[in-house]
Amino acid sequence: MDILAYSAVELSAAIKQGTVTAVEAMAAVLSRIDERERDINAYVTMDREQALKAAAAVQEKIEKGELNGVLAGVPVAVKDNLCTEGMRTTCSSKILENFVPTFSAEAVVNLEKAGAVVIGKTNMDEFAMGSTTETSAYGVTRNPWNTDHVPGGSSGGSAAAVAAGECYFALGSDTGGSIRQPASFCGVVGLKPTYGTVSRYGLVAYGSSLDQIGPLTKNVADCAAVLEVIASHDVKDATSINRKEENKDTDFTAALVDDVKGMKIGIPRDYFGEGLDGEVKDAVLAAAKQLAAKGAVVEEFDLSLVAYAIPAYYTIAAAEASSNLERFDGIKYGYRAASFEGLHDMYKKTRSEGFGAEVKRRIMLGSFVLSSGYYDAYYLKALKVKAMIKNAFDDAFAKYDLILGPVAPTTAPKQGESLSDPLKMYLGDIYTISVNLAGLPAISLPCGKDSKGLPIGLQLIADSFQEKKLIQAAYTYEKQ
Amino acid sequence: MAKQYETVIGLEVHVELATKTKIFCGCSTAFGGAPNTHTCPVCTGMPGSLPVLNRQVVNAAMAVGLATNCTITQYCKFDRKNYFYPDNPQNYQISQLYLPICRNGHVDIETSEGKKSVGIHEIHMEEDAGKLIHDEWEDCSLVDYNRSGVPLIEIVSEPDMRSAEEVIAYLEKLRMIVQYLGASDCKLNEGSMRADVNLSVREVGAETFGTRTEMKNLNSFRAITHAIAGERERQIELLESGQQVTQETRRWDDAKEYSYAMRSKEDAQDYRYFPDPDLPPIYISDEWIAQIRDSQPEFREEKMARYKTEFDIPEYDIGIITDSKHLADLFEETVAICGQPKKVSNWLMGETLRLLKEKGMDPEEICFSPENLAKLIGLVDSKAVNSTVAKEVFEVMFAEDMDPEKYVEEKGLKTVNDEGALRKAVEEVIRANPQSVADYRGGKEKAIGFLVGQTMKAMRGKADPGTVNKVLRELL
Repeated sequence: MDILAYSAVELSAAIKQGTVTAVEAMAAVLSRIDERERDINAYVTMDREQALKAAAAVQEKIEKGELNGVLAGVPVAVKDNLCTEGMRTTCSSKILENFVPTFSAEAVVNLEKAGAVVIGKTNMDEFAMGSTTETSAYGVTRNPWNTDHVPGGSSGGSAAAVAAGECYFALGSDTGGSIRQPASFCGVVGLKPTYGTVSRYGLVAYGSSLDQIGPLTKNVADCAAVLEVIASHDVKDATSINRKEENKDTDFTAALVDDVKGMKIGIPRDYFGEGLDGEVKDAVLAAAKQLAAKGAVVEEFDLSLVAYAIPAYYTIAAAEASSNLERFDGIKYGYRAASFEGLHDMYKKTRSEGFGAEVKRRIMLGSFVLSSGYYDAYYLKALKVKAMIKNAFDDAFAKYDLILGPVAPTTAPKQGESLSDPLKMYLGDIYTISVNLAGLPAISLPCGKDSKGLPIGLQLIADSFQEKKLIQAAYTYEKQ
Repeated sequence: MAKQYETVIGLEVHVELATKTKIFCGCSTAFGGAPNTHTCPVCTGMPGSLPVLNRQVVNAAMAVGLATNCTITQYCKFDRKNYFYPDNPQNYQISQLYLPICRNGHVDIETSEGKKSVGIHEIHMEEDAGKLIHDEWEDCSLVDYNRSGVPLIEIVSEPDMRSAEEVIAYLEKLRMIVQYLGASDCKLNEGSMRADVNLSVREVGAETFGTRTEMKNLNSFRAITHAIAGERERQIELLESGQQVTQETRRWDDAKEYSYAMRSKEDAQDYRYFPDPDLPPIYISDEWIAQIRDSQPEFREEKMARYKTEFDIPEYDIGIITDSKHLADLFEETVAICGQPKKVSNWLMGETLRLLKEKGMDPEEICFSPENLAKLIGLVDSKAVNSTVAKEVFEVMFAEDMDPEKYVEEKGLKTVNDEGALRKAVEEVIRANPQSVADYRGGKEKAIGFLVGQTMKAMRGKADPGTVNKVLRELL
C-alpha cells in the first residue's frame, strides 16, 4: 500500500505492527511536499531535519513499547497561530516574522505526548482573519483540487496539506468557520468542538469568546481520534471545561458507529434561500436524503436570526481582536519599524507596517464598536444578539439531535476574486458563524463535487457537548 | 467681605496585596529580584498566553470590603482597560469597571473636629504594571516586568473629606484595617499603598461641586498635606481672578512644593472598557462571604475595648500597643505565657519602641518571640539579672531573637546574689573611698550613689543595686 494512502489511525497501527516506520512516513510526507509545495504553498515553516529526527525518536519509543496511542508516529501539520516551542510561529503575519515561542500550545503538547510528530507550520489568513488564506504575508495557498482556486480560510494551509497528502492530519482553528469552510473547499473532514473543549492556551487569540482548535483529517475516524487526544481540561485556560471528569463524554471514538436510526435531523429553511449555489444545495440535500434512507428523521424548520449572525459576529470578533492584537507593539518581540521618532510614532509605524490590510480593517472596526458613545449601540447589542442566537439553537435542539446544512454558499472561489469586496466575503460565513456565537460543535465532511470538480461540504451541527452525535452521523454518512 | 471656600476631597487608594503569587499567574510577587526574573508568558503578554484568577486575591478584596462595611457584588467580572504603554505588556490592564467586587461602604474617622463617616464608593481588583527605568547614559528606556501582574485593589472614596486632617485620618484608618487583615503592608514610601487625591473647591454653602483636579506622586503624609494646601490655594486663586479650574491630572513635587499639569482629563483616553472574555464571571456565594467574615481578625477598636477590661494597663499604653497588629499579638502572647500585662507593656512601650525609633523600623519588623520576652521578664523578676543587664540582653534579643536564659548563662551575666561576696565587695569599696564615706556619714545622701556605683563596678555590674544599697547602709 502506498504509505501516503493510510489514514492517520491506519498509519499508526501499521507502524505499531512493524509494517512501516514513523521515519518512512515522515520521509514520504516530505517527499510529497517537495513535489507539490511549489504549487500549493501550504507551509510557512518546516524543519526537515528536525522532523525526521523527531520521527526517529518516536519510532524508538514505539518499538520499546513506551508509546502505543492511536496517533503514535503520525506526522501532523500545525496551523501557524498555534505556538510551537522552538519553532517559528508567525500567524502568517509580518509582525511575527521572526517570533519563536518559548512554549507549545496545550493542544500541540497533547499531540506530542501521544507520539504525533510535527512536520511544520501551515499557512493561514493573517491572524486568522479571512476566508481564503489570501491575506497571508507569506503568499497564498492554492487549492490542491484546482490551483486556480483558493483553499478557503483561515485554516487554508492545514486543509490543503491534508488534501494534498502533505501531512496525515492537521490542526486548525475555527472562530467563524475557519476549520469547516476550508475543509469543505478542500474535500477533507474538519471539526470545531464545543467551546471550552480544547484548551486555548498557546493559540494566538483572535476572538477569544469564539476561538476553538480542531482537527482536519482524511476521514471521520481520524477526526474522532485526534479530537480525543487534543481535548483536555487545562488549568492554564480559565475557559477550559473539565469534560473528562465532569461530563464524562470525551470518548469520541466510541461514537464511530454506523447507525442513525431515529436521529432527528433539522434542516433550516433560512439556510436554503437566495445566495446558495444550486449545485451545493443539491449535494447537501442529497446527503440529507441518504441519511433519511438510513433511518434518520429529516425535516425542515425555521432557525431564525440567521440574518443577524454576521453583524453580531463581526462586531464581537473584531472588538476582541482589536484588544488581543494590541500586544503586537514592537516593544517585546516581533517586528519593530526601522525608523521612528518617539514612542508613539514607533507604535504607529510598527503596526502600520507589520499588519496587513484586513487585520487593520478589523482592528479599526473593533476599536470603533468599543469606543465611548458606541459601545452600547454596537458591542453590547451584539452580545445580546449572541445570547438570542444561542436561545434559538436551544429551541431547535429541543426538537432535533442535529442540524444539517451547507458549509458555504459556494465551492472554492477563484484566487484574487474575494478581497476586493470584503463585505461580500463576510457574507460567505453565513452558515458557519452562528455556530461559534452559540459555542456549539459542528463538523464539515465531503458530500460531492460541483461541475468544476471542486469539493462540496456538508455541515452537521449539534448541541453543546454532543460531538458524539456529530461523529456518529458523519461516520454513517461516510460509510455510504 | 472675602469669600469662604470649602475644600472637597476624594481619594483613590491603590493597595498592593501581599499574596504570594500574582493575580493572573503563578509568578512570585516578592519585592526585589533581578529584572524580569519573576515573569512568565502570562505576565509578559506573550502571544497565546491566558490569565487565570488567583483566588487569594478575591479573598483579600472581600476581606477589605467587609472590614469597610461594603456590600459584596456577588456576580462580578473583570474588564479590559485598553491603552498603549510599555509597562503594560498586553497594552491592556485587566481591571474591573462595570461590576467591581465591593460597593457602598464607609470608614469611620476621628479628627480634632469630631467623628465622621467617609463613604467608600467601590473597591475593585486589578493588576499592576511593570516598571520603566530610563537609562540616561544609553538614552533608552528599559522595562522590568517583575511587578506586572502583582495584584492591586483600588479603594475609591466618596468626595466626603474636607481637610488634609480628614484625609490623613482616613488613610491611617484604611492602613490599619488592611494591615490588621494582613492583606498588605501598606507602605506609602515603598509603593505598596498609593494615594491619588481628587480635589475641588467651592464657596461655603454652595450645593454643587467645583471642577476637580487629580494629584499624583504623593509619597508621604507630609506630601499629601502640602499638596492639599497648595492645590486649594491654587484653585482659589484661579477662581478669584475670574478664571476656571481645568480638569486635569497634576504631579506633585514635594521638594519644590509645587504641582504641574500632567495631562488633561478632557482629552483623556477612551479606554474602550469591555468584559475580559478570557475570564469567566465570579460567582460569590453567601457561604464564601460568611467564610471570609468568620476569619476576620478582631479589629483595633474591639481590641482596645477588650484590653481595657482584660488587662489592667493604661489607655495610653493600649493605644500604642494596638496601633500595630504585630505588636498587639506579641503583647497578648507574652502575657499568655507570663501573666504580667503591666511588665510586658513596659518592655514594649519602653525599650522596644526606643529601639524601633533608633533603627527606623516598623513594629511589623519586630523579630523576637513572645517566649523569649517572657523569659527575660522572668529573669528580671527572679532577680537573676538586674535592670541594666536586662536592657543589654534585650538589645541583643531585639536584634537576634536568642533565648535570653541561655545567653545569660553563656555570658555569665547573672547577678551575684551571694551575700558574702557582696559584703566583701562593699567592705572593699568602703575602705577604698574614705572621702565618700565621710561625706555620707556627714549627711550627704547623694554620696551613697557614688558608692553604689563603685560597688557595681567592682561586681562587674552583676549585683542588684537595691541590695547593694541596703548592704552599704548597713555597713555604714
